[in-house]
Amino acid sequence: MSDIRSTGALRETMGAYYRSLGDAAERKTAPVAWCSSVGPTELLRALGFAVFFPENHAAMLGASRTAQRYMPLAHAQGYSQDVCSYLSSDIGAYLAGETPLSAFGLSSTPRADVLVFNTNQCRDIRDWFEWYGRKWGVPVIGVRSPRSIDDVTESDIDGVARQIEGLVPPLESVAGRRLDPGRLAEVVGRSRQCSDLWEACLLTAAHHPAPLTFFDGTIHMGPAVVLRGDEAANAYYRTLLAELQDRAATATGAVPGESYRLYWEGMPIWGRLRALSAVCIEFRTAVVASTYCNSWIFSALDAADPIRSMARASLELFITRSEAPKERYIEEMVGRYGVDGIVFHDCRTCSSNSNTRYGMPRRLSERLGLPTLILDGDVNDLRCFSDEQSRTNLEGFIEQIADARAAGRLAERR
Amino acid sequence: MSYWAGIDCGSWATKAVVIDQGARLLGSGVARSGADLAAAAERAYTLALAQAGRDRDEMAAVWATGFGRQSVEFADGSRTELDCHGRGAAYYVREPAVVIDIGGQDAKVIRLDADGRRLAHRMNRKCAAGTGSFLDEIALRLGIEVSDLDHLAATATESFELSSFCTVFAGTELLTLIRAGKRPADLARAAYLSLVKRVAAMDVFQGRVVATGGVVAHHPTMVRLLGEELRAEIVVPPHPQEIGAFGAALAAREGAASVGPAMEGG
Repeated sequence: MSDIRSTGALRETMGAYYRSLGDAAERKTAPVAWCSSVGPTELLRALGFAVFFPENHAAMLGASRTAQRYMPLAHAQGYSQDVCSYLSSDIGAYLAGETPLSAFGLSSTPRADVLVFNTNQCRDIRDWFEWYGRKWGVPVIGVRSPRSIDDVTESDIDGVARQIEGLVPPLESVAGRRLDPGRLAEVVGRSRQCSDLWEACLLTAAHHPAPLTFFDGTIHMGPAVVLRGDEAANAYYRTLLAELQDRAATATGAVPGESYRLYWEGMPIWGRLRALSAVCIEFRTAVVASTYCNSWIFSALDAADPIRSMARASLELFITRSEAPKERYIEEMVGRYGVDGIVFHDCRTCSSNSNTRYGMPRRLSERLGLPTLILDGDVNDLRCFSDEQSRTNLEGFIEQIADARAAGRLAERR
Repeated sequence: MSYWAGIDCGSWATKAVVIDQGARLLGSGVARSGADLAAAAERAYTLALAQAGRDRDEMAAVWATGFGRQSVEFADGSRTELDCHGRGAAYYVREPAVVIDIGGQDAKVIRLDADGRRLAHRMNRKCAAGTGSFLDEIALRLGIEVSDLDHLAATATESFELSSFCTVFAGTELLTLIRAGKRPADLARAAYLSLVKRVAAMDVFQGRVVATGGVVAHHPTMVRLLGEELRAEIVVPPHPQEIGAFGAALAAREGAASVGPAMEGG
């Protein structure tokens, strides 16, 4: 990981958020809504909910490698080892009565008054929320989204927008207040600012050398996930952006002696971020961009048309799209960031975020003339990951790029 | 006269070779890797030097490969086994080729262009199917040494497959077939066929197919079945088990630029 100074501010921002969740749940300062990471966050925030993102919690379990302890507890409840390991980690941790949020004063994950899903990413999120809904006897509502979309049509947007509007009455009932359209517009406006600032941060990695990597991005994206629509996120990204722009201007790379640049497609392998980052640094390789970190860019959000723009933003996302727009997207990123190769993570328990299974790596390699690599692993379940095999795979891939460049078959990307 | 050595520190066996300026293999040695990889590398290297009739100080450079390559403390450089198996195979096949390397704990498919440069590679998932470990398990179930599998399979008269991908399931399936009265020779052949099908599904095989690795060296009947499955003549280079070590020695001779910081030059 890079020595980004803003990390201190990041810790403060995230810590304040977690403590506020604890206040909401334990001192009842606000109703609590659980929300899928892509929303509809803005609606919940506008209604005064304290918003908790279980995917963020599951990522913490993965990064701390405590997930290994918890997943079997959910498997024993009948949740297969082949379904989302975020789900099994989080439910398992609940069953064990443990959470990393205890570092912020929470005795458990905050009990929800309502759980709100969006199936634009997968079905598992709904199954996950429904486990808690049954446990606590609270409503589980959400958006049942179209998926595998070629071009996002007005009809698609109409359908999702109507579903978001349909969430308003039950959410008002739980929140005990009416939705203020002006407040929703403000939240959507701030969320859009957050998206723009986060995108600007990521775009600094188009510089050579890149001032941050994918591995840094997975940490610094925290506020874009959990505080989108809150000024605290925007304040943090202004700080981070200033630092990254300074690093870019002074050619301060995240990877000393950066020689090779990669794109990461797929989920992080949370429990091995540091190890994979170390291999990349050892081989002077910067993973400069990723679909994953880009997935919290919602450029469609528009304060002038809050609900329809929320619908459009959720539908335009990479994960909601079919193979052709996904390939066009990666091709654009390859050009924008000047990468030498693409690493695809085949995530064992997340088929929605594994774009390796219908021939995409080979198609892209042939069309773009770039090498691609498939790493087998998982977002949280390290039993599906081999350290030695992954190291050899990654190191061998970089050797291949180095040899191709030495032979003049692969130009240095500038 | 200059000499080079290559050490392939694999999961099951550590192999060493010594070559001369003309890339002639003068000596080789194989030692069980065990838990002490450094000691295994030392033993294999000593055997190779003895067979070559050369001393350590005559070696211009020693390069290491294999999963234990970082443990070979006397190595002057290292490359991955993906590189070295490709490099070693390409020495014998000067045309576009696909190299299939089947080792104790992994299987690799490496695509090479006509100049022997690596275009792509694929490794098996974290799973014993398609590797030497699968054959170890099958031999255990049959109550024979794994070294006896080949001559047993060579006498098979009935052809059928083990349908399970999972090694544990394949073992259970084997018990069912034993109860059904299937002959051990036919079961041995079925195990080979299962491994072959698994490997054949790893990639598209165009151009010359080269097979390397310990499993290839010790199981010629499996290689024959692989050729039948791929409908291709399989090239097995001399010393298929030592091809990775040979590739490492070639890398040492060529002074291949390492991409790592510990071995600056590229």
